[in-house]
Amino acid sequence: MYDFTYHRPKTLADAVNLLKGKDEARPMSGGMTLIPTLKQRLARPSDVIDLGGLKELAGIKVEGNNVVIGGMTRHADVASSADVKAAIPALAHLAGHIGDPQVRNRGTIGGSVANNDPAADYPAAVLALGATVTTNTGKHAADGFFKGLFETALGEGELITSISFPKVEKAAYMKFPNPASRYAMVGVFVAKSASGVRVAVTGAGSCVFRVKAMEDALAKDFSSAAIKDIKIPADGLNSDIHGSAEYRAHLVGVMARRAVDAANK
Amino acid sequence: MTINVAMTVNGKAVSGKVEARTLLVQFLREHLGMTGTHVGCDTSQCGACVVHVDGKSIKSCTLLAVQAEGTKVLTIEGVAESAEKLHPMQEAFRENHALQCGFCTPGMVMSAIDMVKRHNYQLDETTVRRELEGNLCRCTGYHNIVKAILAAAPAMKSAGV
Repeated sequence: MYDFTYHRPKTLADAVNLLKGKDEARPMSGGMTLIPTLKQRLARPSDVIDLGGLKELAGIKVEGNNVVIGGMTRHADVASSADVKAAIPALAHLAGHIGDPQVRNRGTIGGSVANNDPAADYPAAVLALGATVTTNTGKHAADGFFKGLFETALGEGELITSISFPKVEKAAYMKFPNPASRYAMVGVFVAKSASGVRVAVTGAGSCVFRVKAMEDALAKDFSSAAIKDIKIPADGLNSDIHGSAEYRAHLVGVMARRAVDAANK
Repeated sequence: MTINVAMTVNGKAVSGKVEARTLLVQFLREHLGMTGTHVGCDTSQCGACVVHVDGKSIKSCTLLAVQAEGTKVLTIEGVAESAEKLHPMQEAFRENHALQCGFCTPGMVMSAIDMVKRHNYQLDETTVRRELEGNLCRCTGYHNIVKAILAAAPAMKSAGV
């Protein structure tokens, strides 16, 4: 790891000022991606701004029809939250299956969503539930937030403060985890609400995406049978040592059907 | 960048000068000479480096020493009551032959203690296996490790640890 200057601001305002003042500064939330990246010398920030001291960004609240999760909330806290389990059990289930217990004790929802790893779990929940991402400068709707491989709508010096998830009628997340890393080979989040059905896929492509054909079919008939004949094209999907694009395309169908069945239970 | 860090390790106040990039595991092993915590993969996968920070199990190869500033750290050296009396989890590992080469054992024991407490001393085999996802063992095939943890849970409860 190259050396860097370390900062641990106490307030969000200080964190933003530190980020803005430096050319090559990087924010760090749980560090579960950033520290391994630094160890491999894949990044060389001049400054690391540790958000671990920003207590104002951690915590879970229920506000009307929404569950609002602070950006610095750890996966383990989302997974064990009585509020999340009661309002959106699929979201607690998802958080409880990220990485391993030690990673869940450090990793944060804001870090995961801001990083937008193509195989991360949270982006599927944000997109399928139609969540709103709140930052120090404004709000982003889920559609349009995830721009591409490790790319989001976040601007320079913009930090996620919280994510607001609307409660839905039914939802479930099913993933086929890589046996070693537990990252999603393919993960599908299905959510049914008064405004329709949303299906979001992670792990399969360069960035989380929705499957309109499945959403339309499920809006008419929310059953796994309704989507059994929908084929996902393999074009553009990830192909690596863990699986081919065709394999992942097939898995999208399998995981989507399992998710619908789980949501209907 | 050199920074002074101070934390509590196994109940004792410790401090030292580290670089910003010094990992917690390096601080423990190289600065404090506490080599019970191991480095296996160095890529946050194997769990040989698991310690508790403020009561939660974490991988000390993926935490900067400066991030542990002001925290209470518990390592494998600090779990036994005394040199003569092992922690019930260590005792269960010995009784159940839950180690062969022993390299993964410190991390296994630290993860296992955290797991038993989080599940309020009540665990079944499926839960133990799932909870061990972050710890790799290349010798035992896990079977005896699972047996040891299941045996240790009631022993920890009656010992009040």
